[in-house]
Amino acid sequence: MVSELINANPVVYEKKERRVRNSVPPADVNEYSSEPIDQLEIFDHLRDIKDPEHPYSLEELKVITEDAIEVDDSNSYVRVTFTPTVEHCSMATIIGLCLRVKLMRSLPPRFKIDIRIAPGSHATEDAVNKQLNDKERVAAALENPNLVEMVDECLAPSFSC
Amino acid sequence: MDRPAELTRLVEAYVDASRSESEQAVSLQELASLLKKDIVSIGSLTREMELYLTTTDHVIRSRGVLLLGELVSSLSSKTMEKATIHSLTMFFVDRLADWRAQRGALVGCLALLRRKGDVGMVTIGDAKAAIQSFRKNVHVQTHGQHDRLLCFELLECLLEKYPEAVMSLGNDIFYLVTEATEYEKDPDCLLLMFRVVRLVFQLFSDSSGPLDSEAEGLFDILGRYFPIYFTHSKAKDIDVKRDKLSEELMLAFACTPLFEPFAVPLLVEKLSSSVRLAKTDSLKYLSYCALKYGADRMGEHAAEIWCSLKREVLSSPQEPVFLSNSMDGLGLSDNEIAKEALAVLAAVVTQNDNIYLELLINDTDINMIFDNLTTYEDPGNIPLESKHKLYGVGRLLSITAKCSISTCNKMFECFFPKLMGNLGVLIFKASDNGFLSVEQESFRTPNFGPLYLSLVLLESCRDLIVGSNIPITEICCSLVMDFSASIIKLLSFFMGDDGVRSETVQFLCVKGLQILATFGGGFEIVSKSLLEYILTTVVAEIFVHHNSSFMWDLALKALASIGSSIDKYQEQEKVLCYMAIVVGKISSLLTSSESEMPYALKLSIASQIAMCGRSYTREIIQVLETAIFSNLTEFHADENIQPTKIVQLLDCLSRTLLPWLQESGGFEDIPEHFVLNLLEEIKHAEAVNMRTLDKDVFDAIMMSVKLSASNCTVTSQTMVIDKAYSIVSSNSSFRLAEYAVDSYKLKELHISLELDKLSTRDRLVLSLFSSIVVALRPQTCIPHVRAIFLLFMENFLKGHIPSAEALGSILNKLSSTAQGNKAVYNCSLEEAIDLIFKMSISNEQAVGHNDNRTSIVDICLGSSNSKLLQANAIVGLAWMGKGLLMRGHEKVKDITTTLVQCLLTDNTLKPSNSEGIPEQEAHSVMRCCADAFHILVSDAEASLSRRLHAVVRPLYKQRFFLMVMPIFQDLIIRSDTGKRSLLCRAFAYIISETPLIAIIGEAKKLIPVILDALLMFSENGDYKDRMYSLLLVVSGILTEEAGQDAVNENARSIVSCLTRIIQYPHMMLVRETAVQCLAALTTLPYARVYPMRAEVLQAILKALDDPKRRVREEAVRCRQAWASITA
Repeated sequence: MVSELINANPVVYEKKERRVRNSVPPADVNEYSSEPIDQLEIFDHLRDIKDPEHPYSLEELKVITEDAIEVDDSNSYVRVTFTPTVEHCSMATIIGLCLRVKLMRSLPPRFKIDIRIAPGSHATEDAVNKQLNDKERVAAALENPNLVEMVDECLAPSFSC
Repeated sequence: MDRPAELTRLVEAYVDASRSESEQAVSLQELASLLKKDIVSIGSLTREMELYLTTTDHVIRSRGVLLLGELVSSLSSKTMEKATIHSLTMFFVDRLADWRAQRGALVGCLALLRRKGDVGMVTIGDAKAAIQSFRKNVHVQTHGQHDRLLCFELLECLLEKYPEAVMSLGNDIFYLVTEATEYEKDPDCLLLMFRVVRLVFQLFSDSSGPLDSEAEGLFDILGRYFPIYFTHSKAKDIDVKRDKLSEELMLAFACTPLFEPFAVPLLVEKLSSSVRLAKTDSLKYLSYCALKYGADRMGEHAAEIWCSLKREVLSSPQEPVFLSNSMDGLGLSDNEIAKEALAVLAAVVTQNDNIYLELLINDTDINMIFDNLTTYEDPGNIPLESKHKLYGVGRLLSITAKCSISTCNKMFECFFPKLMGNLGVLIFKASDNGFLSVEQESFRTPNFGPLYLSLVLLESCRDLIVGSNIPITEICCSLVMDFSASIIKLLSFFMGDDGVRSETVQFLCVKGLQILATFGGGFEIVSKSLLEYILTTVVAEIFVHHNSSFMWDLALKALASIGSSIDKYQEQEKVLCYMAIVVGKISSLLTSSESEMPYALKLSIASQIAMCGRSYTREIIQVLETAIFSNLTEFHADENIQPTKIVQLLDCLSRTLLPWLQESGGFEDIPEHFVLNLLEEIKHAEAVNMRTLDKDVFDAIMMSVKLSASNCTVTSQTMVIDKAYSIVSSNSSFRLAEYAVDSYKLKELHISLELDKLSTRDRLVLSLFSSIVVALRPQTCIPHVRAIFLLFMENFLKGHIPSAEALGSILNKLSSTAQGNKAVYNCSLEEAIDLIFKMSISNEQAVGHNDNRTSIVDICLGSSNSKLLQANAIVGLAWMGKGLLMRGHEKVKDITTTLVQCLLTDNTLKPSNSEGIPEQEAHSVMRCCADAFHILVSDAEASLSRRLHAVVRPLYKQRFFLMVMPIFQDLIIRSDTGKRSLLCRAFAYIISETPLIAIIGEAKKLIPVILDALLMFSENGDYKDRMYSLLLVVSGILTEEAGQDAVNENARSIVSCLTRIIQYPHMMLVRETAVQCLAALTTLPYARVYPMRAEVLQAILKALDDPKRRVREEAVRCRQAWASITA
C-alpha cells in the first residue's frame, strides 16, 4: 500500500444528473425494436467505479466523461479515453485496468475494447497505453491476486446501483 | 398445614435480599392470594411480621415494610374495616420518618390513599397526617428515579382525592412542591410533576391570599423545561413521548394567569430562537395560554407579540401557488411555522382587536409596502425578497381581517380605497345595468402588488360574510358595493387580454372574479346583473381559450368553484342565474357543433360542472343523455360519422359521472332512467344496423348499461329487468315467451347453429338484456328465471358470449332457497342447476347420431358432431363454473371434472367421425377447453365483479387451486406429450391467477410443472403474457423464504429452464424477469450453485448482447453475481 497519496487533494466535481430513460416502456413500444449500445450506456457502466485512492467515483473526479467515450455498436468497438487527475499519477494503470475489466464484464464478448489516456495528460502516456491494450499483460495482471482484489474493490460500487 | 410456619417461610422468602427476584415475586403472590381468600387476615399477618417490621437490621426492616406495602396494594379492591385502614395508614405514615424504609412506606401510603370509597377509604384526618409527615420527612430529590416517581404519584393522589387535607398545609404546599420538583430530569417524573403543579394551582385558584411570589418560584422551575427537548432521543427505556410531555407542560404553563408575567416574555423570547422546535412550541403555547390568561393580561404584551409574529410571517420564504388547482384559496400554502404564527395572531387579535389594529395600521413594514405600491408592478420584476414581504403582508392582512367584522371594517377603511386608487378603479354607484358604461378605456394593466392585496382583503371579507347574516350596512360591505362594478369590469377586461403577459396576473383576475361571484348576501353586494356579467365573461373565456390549457383550466375551475359555492348556500336566485347562463351554455355546447373546441374538452366541462353542485347535475345529465341518443341516431343514419364522439359521451357518463352519482347519493333515479330510455330507444329504433356492432360503440353501450343498472336500487332494477324482459319476450326471434309458458314441461332445447341469423337489432337487444342481468343485485327478483335460463342456454350454444356471462352471473347470485312469492320468480339455485344440466339439447347436425338424450355436459365431451357447438358449450360451461366458483358452490367440482375430461378426450380419433374432422378444428376445441380454465380463474371485471354485485367468497381462488392441484398433478405425470401440453397450459392459467402464498406451500410439486409449462410456452410468441405471469410466480417462489427448500431441490432444472428463456424473443419483460430470477438463484448454498456457474455465465453472455437496454443492465448485475461465486 502506498504510504503517501499521489494526489492528496483532488478536485471533486459534481455528479452529473442521471439521464433517466423511460423506466417503464410505454405499451406501444415495439417489442422487437432494438436499442443499440450507446455512449450513455457505457458511461453508466463506468461512472460509479471508485477511484483507487479516494472515496470518490471516477465521474466525480472527472477522470471519465460521457464525451470521452466512443462507441460503435454495429462494428463492436469501444474506445474510452480517460484523464488521470495528475500527470505523474501511478494509479493510471490501475484505473485503466478497472475500466477494461468493468467493460469486459459488462459488454458482450464481440466488442473490441480500447482504453487510452487522454493525450498530454500523463507523463508516460505511451507506456501506459501500450500496457493497457496488451492482451497478454492484462491477462497477466489479472493473475495477480493483489491486483484483482484492488480492482474488485474499485468496481464494487458500480455493480450495486 | 402449619400456618404460622408457612407464613414465616413466605415472608422470609421475600425479605431475604439474597433470594432471586422470581422467588420473591412468587412468595408475594402466594401471600396476596392467602389474604384475598381470607385464609389469613391482614391484621394477623402484620402481627406475624412484627419482628421484620421493627428489627434494627435496616435491610430486613425495609424489605419487611415494602412487603407489607405491596400486600396492601394488592388488596386495593378488597373491603377492609375502618380500624384496619386507620391503623395501617398510621403505621405507614409513621414509617415515612424512617428513611431506610421509605419506599415501603410510600408504596403502602399510596395504596391506601388510592382506595375507592366502596371498599373503605382513608379518612381526611389520616390524609392530613400523611401530607404532614410527607412534608416533614420526605426529601424527594434525594431518592432514586423509582422512589421519586412514587413520591409524585403520592402527591398527585393527595391533590386529586384529598384536596382538603392538602389545603390544611396552607402555602406550605408550594414550598413542598418547589422543593420536590427542583432539578427533576426523568421524563416519567416530569410528566407527574407538571400535573402536580397544575393541580396545586387549581386547588388554590380561588384562594384570597396573594400567590405571586409562589407562582414566580414555581415558574422559575417550570420555565427551565421549555422547550421540551430530549438529548437522548433514542433511549429505549423512555416510553414517554416528547409530544405528551410538551402537552403536559403547556397545560401547566396555562394553569394559572399568575404565570403570565413570566410565561409570555419567555415564549416571545424563545420565538426568536433559531431552533425550529422552540419556535413551533412557543407558538403552540402562546395560542393556548392566550386563551387561558385572558384579554387583559395578554393586552400588556401585545406589542412584543405582534413584532415577533410579524417577523415569523414575513420571513417565511414560501410563495403562494398561482395555479388552477389552488382556486379555493389565494394559494396560502405556508410552511408550518408561519401557519402556526398566523393562528396565534388570529387568537390574540380576536382577544384585543383594538390594540392589534392600532399596531397593524401603524406598522412600518406594512406602511412601507402601501407607500410603494407602484413598485410592485410586474411579478416577474419584483425581487424575491420584496415578493416574500408582499405575500407576508397579504397573509397578515387576511388573517386580521377574517377575525371579526369590526377588524374587517377597519382594514377596509384603511387600505381598500388606497388599493383601488392605485388600480385606477373608481367608485361607481351601480344603478342596475349602468355598470356597463364604466369606461374601459381608462383602465391600465393592473399592478400586481395592489391587485394581490385587494384580492386578499376581498377574499377575507367574503369568507366572513358568506353564510352568515352580517348586515350589508357594514363599512366593508358598502365599500365593496361601491367598487364592485368597476373592479369586475377591470378584472374581466384583463382576464383574457393577451397583452397581459404574466400568468400570475391572469390568475389573479380570474380569482378576483370568482371571489366577487361568490360573495354572500344575496344580490345586495354584487348585483344580479354583475353576477350574470361575471358568469358570461368566464364562460366566454373557456370558449376562447380552449387551446391554452392554463387559461382554460383556470376558467373552468373558477366556474366550478362559483357553482359549488352557489349550490352550497342555496341562494335560489343565484342558482337560477347560474343555470341559465352556465348550464344553458353547456347544453348548447353539447348538442351543437358551433364551437371548434374538441369534443373531449366539451365533455370535460360538462362533467366538471355537473359534479360541482347537485343543483346542476340533473340538468346536465339530461342534456348528456339527449346528446347520446341523438348521436346514436346520427351514427346509424350516416356512415361517415366516426364512432369516437358517441364513445366519448358514453364513457363520460359511465366512467366519470356514474361513480360520482353513486358516491354523492340521492341520484338513484338517473341511472334507472338512462337504462329505461335506452331500452325504449332500441325498441323503437328502426335504423339499427351493422354499425351498432362496431366494437367500440358496442362495448361502450354495454359498459354504460352495466354500470348504470348496477347503480340502481333493487326497486329500480326490478323495473328495468321487467321492461327488458317484456322487450325480449315480445321479439319473435327469441322463443322466450314460448319458454315462459312451459319452462316446467320443456325437456328438450332445440339449437340451430346460426347465430348470424339473428338480426343486428336482435343481437343488440339480447346483449343489452344480458348486460342488465349481469348488473343485477342478488336481491332483485328476475321474472321467469327458468325461461331466461333456456334463452341464455340456447344463445350461448350459438356462440353468444354475453349470454354465457349472464348465465354465470345469475348462478352466482341466485339465492339457494327459493324466494319471491309469485311462482314465476320461484327458482332456487339447486333447481336452476338441475334445469341447466339435465336439459336435453337437440341440434340438427347431431340428429341421427344420438338417440339418447344429450345434456350440455355430453356436448362438451363431444357427443355432438359439431365442433363449434362443442366449443361454445365449453365456454358457456366455463362461465357458469365461474359464477359457481366465486360463490363457492360444490357443483364447480363437477364442472371442473367435465372440463378436465374434455381435455383428455381424444377428439381426433373419434370413430363416429365419418368425414374426418380436420385436426386443426379438433385442436381448437382442446385449446378452447384449456382456455376455459382461464375464464374460471381470471378476474372478470366486466361481468362478475364486486362492482356488479357478484357474490364473492373469500379466498375462492385458493380453495379452487387446492381442489384441482392434485387432479392436475396426477394427470400431468401420467399423460403423453400432446395431452401434457394442454394440461400444462390449463394448469398454468390456474397457477398464474392463484395468490402466491398458496403456491409457495406446494412449491416443491409445482416447480417442475411450471418449468414444463414455461418451456412449452416459449416455443412461440402466442402466450407471452401467460409466460410473464408464470415467471412472476417463479420469481415469487425464489424470493420468498418459504420457497427456498423447493428451489434448492429443483435448482438445476430451474437454471436450465431460465437459461433457455433468457433468449425468448417475443417479450422483453419475460427476458428481464428471467435474468432477475437467475440472479436471485445465487443466494442458494454455494455447493448447490457452483456446479452450474459455468453454464450460467455462458448463457448470460447472450443476455449481455440483448437488443433491449434494460435486459442488458440486469444481465450485467446477474453476471457479476454469478462471477463472484469463486472457487
